[in-house]
Amino acid sequence: MRSDLPGEDGWQRLHPLSPLTRVGRLVPIVVLTLVLAVGRHGSDRGQEIYIAVLGVATVIFGLVNWLVTRWKIEGDTLRIESGLLRRDSKRLPLARIQAVDVVRPLLARVLGVSELRIRLAGSSSSDGRLAYLAEATATELRERLLNGPPQPAAPGTSSPTGASLPAAPEHVMASVATGRLLGSVLLSGITVVLLLIALVLLVLAIAAPSTAAAAVGFLAVYIFSLGSGLWRQLSNQFHFEAVEAPEGIRVRRGLLQSVSETIPYGRIQAVRKIEPLLWRPLGWCRLEVDIAGASRKNQRGEGSGVARKALLPVGRHQDAWHLVDRLIGQTMPEMTAPPRRAWKKAPLSYHFLAAGHDATHAECVTGRLRKITTWVPLEKSQSIRRVQGPVQRLLGLATVHVDAAGKSTRAEFRDRAVGEADRLVEELTDLSRAAREHRTKPPIERSPDLEAAIPSGWYPDPSGRHTQRYWRDGAWTEHVSNDGGATTVDTL
Amino acid sequence: MRRAQLGLVTVLVALVVGLIFAAALGALACVVSVLVVLIAGALSSWFVRNRYRAWRYQERHEDLIVARGVMVQRLSVVPYGRMQFVEVTAGPIERLFKLSTVKLHTAAAASDARIPGLENSESARLRDRLTELGESKAAGM
Repeated sequence: MRSDLPGEDGWQRLHPLSPLTRVGRLVPIVVLTLVLAVGRHGSDRGQEIYIAVLGVATVIFGLVNWLVTRWKIEGDTLRIESGLLRRDSKRLPLARIQAVDVVRPLLARVLGVSELRIRLAGSSSSDGRLAYLAEATATELRERLLNGPPQPAAPGTSSPTGASLPAAPEHVMASVATGRLLGSVLLSGITVVLLLIALVLLVLAIAAPSTAAAAVGFLAVYIFSLGSGLWRQLSNQFHFEAVEAPEGIRVRRGLLQSVSETIPYGRIQAVRKIEPLLWRPLGWCRLEVDIAGASRKNQRGEGSGVARKALLPVGRHQDAWHLVDRLIGQTMPEMTAPPRRAWKKAPLSYHFLAAGHDATHAECVTGRLRKITTWVPLEKSQSIRRVQGPVQRLLGLATVHVDAAGKSTRAEFRDRAVGEADRLVEELTDLSRAAREHRTKPPIERSPDLEAAIPSGWYPDPSGRHTQRYWRDGAWTEHVSNDGGATTVDTL
Repeated sequence: MRRAQLGLVTVLVALVVGLIFAAALGALACVVSVLVVLIAGALSSWFVRNRYRAWRYQERHEDLIVARGVMVQRLSVVPYGRMQFVEVTAGPIERLFKLSTVKLHTAAAASDARIPGLENSESARLRDRLTELGESKAAGM
């Protein structure tokens, strides 16, 4: 297609099929309205004309929208211009990009186009969206956005100029089997609520059948919304795959609408491992990362929002551990529990509470019924806080927070002894300053010969003492695991 | 920082209001209500004074420390480099006493450090100094 190629001054159009894809998304709604209308009044001439006019208007609107939208990369900014009456010109500095998503709804997949979403830190209004691009263009643009301008070939390498480089090798770090995903969705709080509702209804049906019928009618809406919530979880995380790509970690998922999110390694503000109560007997956990940039859900939040992305919707501890290791490097800070008297202040979470830090990361465990482990790179810390409530003062305890960008992204050293808390504030302040000044290199460096080597991961323990041992960068580590459970340390 | 003055104003206002209110209800009620108002005033002024005293800040070489709170004591250490912007606000009562509030914003919503009740000249100085330091040490996200 002509219009997909760069114009004379570098401006590019969206894919010519994009108006069709946009309109196509409305088709189910229109059909539904039509069916409802026909069902209610029988066929109605006025209604049909009304819908026809609406359809034509939508098509024209889509066409015009396509005609006036264009984009181009200018130096190190991406420019997007759109709008006929209200011209809207955006400039997205490439250096500020926090993540790039490629989203393909069902219809777009059929037509071979995809939408590009560019996340910047700050308000969601600055989010760049390009809907839709040809698939190849989208992938190319994503790489360009994340890697910066193409580097001139190094003198040593013999890559011919102009020839397209082979796609960088990708290494699958984690994936989720459908069975386990189904299990995890069924073992969520929503299911419990649904079961409770069913139980109440059953009791009612036995005691007073007429009331039960009324209750069903009343609760139908809630049951439906809860059920659709379950379905959304399932379809969003279907075929989940986390892949290690050269420019960042890439997550692919989706049943009908496929999503591919790319998060550059340096943009991760915090990593969190969550173990809900119901999952604990099965030894499952969920892994999330926080990146700066407003997500659609909390865009009205104060300050800069934070997008929380699932890195592993459900998985064994081993897989999660492997991912954490690749994301933020080998972090095994020595964890210490708060003093015994903290039990009086936090009876439910006391047995979880633990925290520790090394030179580069703070790690802490909190949570009452859900056990949450958080890692915050000290390089990303925005401020250090010490908070002491009245109960804590009575017990001689204090909590130290390490805040990362976002609304509630932080590592909490909860309920430490006062002396230790004061020392922690000083220590963490100094360490974060050092980490900032250092700006340690990205945790994952890919050297060409590493790709030939065995990828890091869990393999049978050569010593035979444990089920599995962790292999990293061409050497065995001291981290071992038994039957997919918690990891422990045992040197070879 | 003259937070205590604000407390004094509340006492005065409370007294006047209490007197007017009580005058309409007879002698005994008048005495009781004046007493109640006085005690409440004394308590609130004591509370405000403590609150005012607890609010401290310190400019260090690399970071700003803000401590506050009586019941819940908070202490924030904010590196200058992490500062996104500085905000100076002055409400109507603050303006009456030529005071203003300096607020520091970082990318983390939780770490916002607020220093209320600064003299206008001091808040202007602090604002300029913070912006200057923030620029020279900028680290952003």
